[in-house]
Amino acid sequence: MKPAVPTRLPREPIMDVLNGIPHGIALLDEGLRIVAMNRMLEIITGYDAEAVRGVAADYVLRCHFLERGEVFQAALAGGDMRTVEGDIINASRKKIAVRCTVSPVMIEAGLAARVMVMLEDISLLRAIEQHRPGHDEAKGMLGHSPKMREIFELLPVLSHTDATVLITGETGTGKDLLAEAVHHASKRAKYPFIKVNCGALPEALLESELFGHVRGAFTGAHADKPGLFRLAQGGTIFLTEIGDLPLPLQVKLLTVLDDKAFFPLGSAKKVTVDTRIITGTHRDLRQLVQEGRFREDLFFRLNVLRAHLPPLREREGDVRLLMDHFLHQFVNSLGKNIKDFSREAVTLLTRYSYPGNVRELRNIVEYATNICQGERIEPEHLPASMQEEYMHEIDRQAGKAAGSAMATESDRIGQAAAQPAASSWTEIEKKYILQALMKTGGNRTRAAKELGWGRSTLWRKITLYGLD
Amino acid sequence: MKLLVTSRAENVAPRFDLATEVTIVSTVNGKSAGEPRTVLLPGPSADELCGLVLKEDIEVVVCGGIEEEHYQYFAWKKIKVIDRVIGRTADVLRLALANKLRPGAVV
Repeated sequence: MKPAVPTRLPREPIMDVLNGIPHGIALLDEGLRIVAMNRMLEIITGYDAEAVRGVAADYVLRCHFLERGEVFQAALAGGDMRTVEGDIINASRKKIAVRCTVSPVMIEAGLAARVMVMLEDISLLRAIEQHRPGHDEAKGMLGHSPKMREIFELLPVLSHTDATVLITGETGTGKDLLAEAVHHASKRAKYPFIKVNCGALPEALLESELFGHVRGAFTGAHADKPGLFRLAQGGTIFLTEIGDLPLPLQVKLLTVLDDKAFFPLGSAKKVTVDTRIITGTHRDLRQLVQEGRFREDLFFRLNVLRAHLPPLREREGDVRLLMDHFLHQFVNSLGKNIKDFSREAVTLLTRYSYPGNVRELRNIVEYATNICQGERIEPEHLPASMQEEYMHEIDRQAGKAAGSAMATESDRIGQAAAQPAASSWTEIEKKYILQALMKTGGNRTRAAKELGWGRSTLWRKITLYGLD
Repeated sequence: MKLLVTSRAENVAPRFDLATEVTIVSTVNGKSAGEPRTVLLPGPSADELCGLVLKEDIEVVVCGGIEEEHYQYFAWKKIKVIDRVIGRTADVLRLALANKLRPGAVV
């Protein structure tokens, strides 16, 4: 087991560096035998480096992790650095969780090492992760609605596999958050999560960004660039707006999905990657396929697992939950003293349709938190654009109601909308205000209550419409 | 006396809990009584191995890394454990029979 080796370990400058690192490090030769060990590894294993020089690393390190042979062979072949997690039994007979990083090295003089193994004690990290209170896999995602519950139930399924996931949903529904949650709940969580917007860059730039290039590949390529696929090695790459990916790059992506390898721009050397691919889009990929703008084979390859995020208008009860969540978040970050939303603001916010979904709601609450100087967010603190959109919406609904049927006597909205003269919301609102004031004998407090508004809102509208 | 070495191919297995093969030798007056016997286990299991050690009335266990829990179990059962041993099983056995094998030995 132990070949003839020099009796004394040569004093190498690199050993001074390795001894200063607080992790166990071993240098191995081409036969994966110990060439040198730093002091920390001597402590962990209980062996003197000189005593085990030339011994197969397996016997000294006493590691247990899957894919061990593959990882070491990849390092020997001069491949990329690989990290695996497992456990070792140390000199104190304790089994400790370790992260083992195996990387190829080329030290010719003196030590003649080919592989470097670094053992990092992660037992404390594991313990913290397991006992963290309120550990939430779907970090950042909120919702009580049945449709969101379905998504949360799907999350572990998506996380415990390496299959490609296609996340669909309107803009602002949280596709990025779901992709990140899948990554963080997966075994790849300790590796990078890289997000790329396929629609944000022109084709040539995107290819270079995704797959990298070698020096001189094109004008301005002054140095090698690894590309985002290689930067996400071991982790997950999230290709958002995949529907905007140009056709030539779709072919290249298909190759990566099939072979897990590609040629960087201008390079003749194939690069192998171990990166999980998650894609997202707000477009209908099937329709794009029919239109010939998206490759069918790529669509099938991406559509292995699918998650559809519902728009906010279909998430019953979630608007209120998200409103309070965002209010709490912005109140804390801005140091405000806002307690809650007024009843009118809640009515307005919960009835709005949110074409921009959760992102729009978040922006509205952020705006209101910034504008509001009191303790309660009132309708006037909400963005004017939202109020206008809301009014247009009501107009549209009122128009529909007018066109579809005769309004009932009791339905005031219907009544107003049915009158051809009341062509705009302003007119309808004026009419409401006047009716309410007449009904209450000019008492503004009671009129405001009748209309479901605050006194200040009624006063503002009276002034606005010149009714005073 | 009966001695058991957890082995992997021709060497002492690096870990007790991952060993799938053991070499058992009986001794009389410090000398091997017959050929060492090799037992293949259905799979790696420290608990199964502990059971085998008791069943075979082993007095000395020679192994690589072993967890404290199993080490203490053997100590309670008055079984001597020489752990963290690295080397060829045959060489290790020779040293053990000569009562010259120490924990952490690299043979």
